[in-house]
Amino acid sequence: MSFPLLTVTAALPAVGAIATAAVPAAKRTVAKWSALGFSVATFVLAVIVLVRFEPGGERYQLTESHAWIKDFGVRYELGVDGIGVSLVALTALLIPFIIAAGWHDADPLEDKNPNRRWRPTQGFFALILAVEAMVVVSFEATDVFLFYIFFEAMLIPMYFLIGGFGDQAHEHGDDEAAKQRSYAAVKFLLYNLVGGLVMLAAVIGLYAASADQLGHGTFSLQEILQARAAGKFDLASSTERWLFLGFFFAFAVKAPLWPLHTWLPNAMGESTAPVAVLITAVVDKVGTFAMLRYCLQLFPEASKWATPVILVLAVISIIYGALLAVGQRDIKRLIAYASISHFGFIIMGIFAMTTQGQSGAALYMVNHGISTAALLLVAGFLISRRGSRLIADFGGVQKVAPVLAGTFLIGGLATLSLPGLAPFVSEFLVLVGTFSRYPALGIIATVGIVLAALYVLVLYQRTMTGPVKAGVEGMKDLKVREIAVVAPLIALLLFLGVYPKPLTDIVNPAVGQTLSDVHKTDPKPALEATK
Amino acid sequence: MENLIGLLVAVPLLGAAILLTGGRRLDRIGHWLGTILAAVSFGIGAVLFFDMLGKSGEDRAMYSHLFSWVPVGGFQADIGFQLDQLSMTFVLLISGVGTLIHIYSIGYMEHDERRRRFFGYLNLFVAAMLLLVIADNYFLLYVGWEGVGLASYLLIGFWQNKPSAATAAKKAFLVNRVGDVGLSIAIMLMFTTFGTFSFQPVLAHAGDASEGKLTAIGLMLLLAACGKSAQVPLQSWLGDAMEGPTPVSALIHAATMVTAGVYLITRSGAIFNGAPDAQVAVVTVGAVTLLFGAIVGCAKDDIKKALAGSTMSQIGYMIMAAGLGPIGYVFAIMHLVTHGFFKAGLFLGAGSVMHGMNDEVDMRKYGGLRTYMPVTFITFGLGYLAIIGFPGLSGFFSKDKIIEAAFAKGGTEGWILGGAALLGAAITAFYMTRVMLMTFFGEKRWEADAEGHEPHPHESPKSMTIPMIVLAFGSVFAGGLFSLNSSFLKWLEPVTGHEEGHSPLSATTVTAGTMVVLVIGVALAWLMYGRRAVPAVAPRGSLLTRAARRDLLQDDFNHVVLVRGGEHLTRSLVYLDHSLVDGAVNGTAAGVGGLSGRMRKLQNGYVRSYAVSMLGGTAVLIAATLLMRAV
Repeated sequence: MSFPLLTVTAALPAVGAIATAAVPAAKRTVAKWSALGFSVATFVLAVIVLVRFEPGGERYQLTESHAWIKDFGVRYELGVDGIGVSLVALTALLIPFIIAAGWHDADPLEDKNPNRRWRPTQGFFALILAVEAMVVVSFEATDVFLFYIFFEAMLIPMYFLIGGFGDQAHEHGDDEAAKQRSYAAVKFLLYNLVGGLVMLAAVIGLYAASADQLGHGTFSLQEILQARAAGKFDLASSTERWLFLGFFFAFAVKAPLWPLHTWLPNAMGESTAPVAVLITAVVDKVGTFAMLRYCLQLFPEASKWATPVILVLAVISIIYGALLAVGQRDIKRLIAYASISHFGFIIMGIFAMTTQGQSGAALYMVNHGISTAALLLVAGFLISRRGSRLIADFGGVQKVAPVLAGTFLIGGLATLSLPGLAPFVSEFLVLVGTFSRYPALGIIATVGIVLAALYVLVLYQRTMTGPVKAGVEGMKDLKVREIAVVAPLIALLLFLGVYPKPLTDIVNPAVGQTLSDVHKTDPKPALEATK
Repeated sequence: MENLIGLLVAVPLLGAAILLTGGRRLDRIGHWLGTILAAVSFGIGAVLFFDMLGKSGEDRAMYSHLFSWVPVGGFQADIGFQLDQLSMTFVLLISGVGTLIHIYSIGYMEHDERRRRFFGYLNLFVAAMLLLVIADNYFLLYVGWEGVGLASYLLIGFWQNKPSAATAAKKAFLVNRVGDVGLSIAIMLMFTTFGTFSFQPVLAHAGDASEGKLTAIGLMLLLAACGKSAQVPLQSWLGDAMEGPTPVSALIHAATMVTAGVYLITRSGAIFNGAPDAQVAVVTVGAVTLLFGAIVGCAKDDIKKALAGSTMSQIGYMIMAAGLGPIGYVFAIMHLVTHGFFKAGLFLGAGSVMHGMNDEVDMRKYGGLRTYMPVTFITFGLGYLAIIGFPGLSGFFSKDKIIEAAFAKGGTEGWILGGAALLGAAITAFYMTRVMLMTFFGEKRWEADAEGHEPHPHESPKSMTIPMIVLAFGSVFAGGLFSLNSSFLKWLEPVTGHEEGHSPLSATTVTAGTMVVLVIGVALAWLMYGRRAVPAVAPRGSLLTRAARRDLLQDDFNHVVLVRGGEHLTRSLVYLDHSLVDGAVNGTAAGVGGLSGRMRKLQNGYVRSYAVSMLGGTAVLIAATLLMRAV
């Protein structure tokens, strides 16, 4: 038996969570370094996974398979394809930055009683690591039930992160902030729980269907795929459609897709910037990832059946999210709506069912994670300096803190997909992939490009340019720790913008296999010009 | 030799990277570093140019493939360069004029504490613009295309603490983005039509595609060109862009970036040649803009905005020429180059005037400056003679050719376009004479400002006058040199192709006509601004004048329809998202399981409620396991 690399990669942050939570109350700094250490070690493991992964090799690699609950055919099965391995790497990459950026976010405000039992700092960092562990398992699992458990379980630490650790920047005072925060946390939980419940019904349905067709119930993705390839697993189309809808609903809540998006602006607005990054850049990616893996692979016919409606909802998300972003007064809510627009692009790319669309969507997941992290973490630094999230409270920051303004601009330019930065490549691939099959939708979606420039530049203009506003005069520029958080993300955005080939090489084969699962081939050009 | 092509871009890009990340320790040498790197880029361009001259016309194109950029299925985008005569012309113009303007900026920006950053942005611009013209495919061109837009955004808004500058920068980027959508869609159409978007295969097979496809691609490319080249209806950003420092207006918003649309259309000649409807759209846009810009230029009292109107108008000539097809491509580019010289020179002259006049831009507060700044007067004067098409100077040769080609289009279309071009020439003579008279002739009209500072007009330092002198040489001689032996035509023909038109008028008749309208325009301006004293406060003016001062009301239209309309739309959506969408989803949930009521209870913020909801979550998981057992 080979070394269980994937298990260790997922287990290490879990161990880190326990270790960090166990640090004595007074040793807050130790807890922070422990969390950072474990997250960096996890990243090293993720890099090893990435290196061991052979692009173009077996579909699922580094697989592990053990019986778990024999009675219901639940297995502990892990394995990564090109998309899964990229997202594991993205998660492991972002967590250290999230931890470093949130270094002081859970410091007690006044240390009246250092011996009290409640340890916010330890809890904060332990919860982040717990989320990381669960997200990593979700990307690695190839057993539907195993995936489901972690898909749902991550709601618990996320709930506490949103509800327990808001920033002290609310226009109506601390009490109102606490109220809004718990509202946001509960809304997050309920939306996702309802999604999860619907999915649970579908998971059970899948089990029943497999028991019916194969003689024994199974949740194993690989087994189901092989059985279908051999013609032994063939669902009636009404069954397949119901099961598809059950899965898709949960993922559409998590992703989130219009009109199920309204929990996201609350959750991202009320939580601290690093937690908001955790939500949009990491946790939400499980939703779009799962559409690509479970909806398309398990229910190919139903996926095609639902495609027109989903594409329309995705395009609505793109335009609607962008328009709402333009209308926001709150920096973090603005970025949340921008993310809704971006998730629209990802979902559109997935369901365009072309090589460019799906590779673009997979790349988009990675690039959106990095670019949003860059923008949102700098926004967090900005907000903590002023003690306000309202755009109107800023102005002329560029004059007093040019490095902060510069990095904010680069994050913003990445968000509006400026050519030369990574998100441009993925956004264009999604657009061209959609256009080649659905020209009208592709053209409507390009409106999102203009709107993105509008919300980003308006945000930059109002906060950073113009005369220096009262309350901004004494603002300090980025500190070394903060630059250390942002600079690598920016470097990565530039690198993947100029040389995304290492990533496309990993992702392309997985996309090719998914497309062959759904029996779709790319439309041919009208005339084949010689290259 | 081919390996040098990439360096054209890499050298100034390196400069931008060093200057923008190097911090304050580079403040003292930053401007020199930026200038030297721009000059190195020009040097590389010159080496490649002489190498190219050594080869015969058909073999002059050079290619350099660096690496595969975005390979996804049939979508294969490469980082690769193509340097042919058309690109070469641009490379020399961009790096040459670019270097001169770097030198000029050393003096012009001397007292600005952020001068290093300014040079970083200038280097970034040069790199992006060079990438735009040497890319071997439309997708890489797109990177340069938006790269220059970014540099332009940063430079227009360079004085960011001025709200008007920040607004102008944002507006320029946004209007350009609308154009960029055109370029995106054009690339997508090429991909679905040809399976590729590299110049060579697309242009070689353009003839095999259906006319409908070619027309669609052509119109989308035209949309892109309208954004970048400030053509109607996307012209509104250029006037506001004058908020940027004057060297920026000279380099980006006169000589180079705004001509990118002309490059794009000329480069895509094979597509337009097969899409006559798209060509009609191109010449219409060109003809309308050449008149639009000229009319606006007549009414502006701000010297830079008058010149901006002129730029719009002159690019209108180029776009129109490019829309004429093979009879016009060469002349579009020839006018582009000569315009690059004289318009950059005019802007630098305007900057020199402002430098001596406490940054005053209102020409009504100038007057009689010729004695105070003789070098500026002479170089500006030569630029003036060139742009109005004074016989023997650059503009005379290049504009005359375009007017001839417009008539040569034939039929009613030819008469309309030729007439518009002639009318434009008359207006050009009028507004440029107006600028000249108001600035350098007549009585002095400046006075002390509110704080009692009276301007003391003086000649600018050598670092500023030398670039002006060099550009003045270009303004005088370039057109003649290009026309000698039709050398420019022979140089470009292998790339763009060329056909002689069949003009209903002889070349002599057209030239004579141009001379007549020239004299009329100059005379009219002299009657209004030379013979009579210029009032220091603008008279109310006719309805047309007032409309022209407001850019023919196009901005007002944009404001009412797009800005106001957009604000209402987003505000209502924000409201609806909260009340309707959120409400509907919550309401549905309430209908299904009474969640809404429970949710309100849970909002009370008590830890107990958290515990309850956590228990709920756990219960769900347990229930799930139990259910499994039941199944």
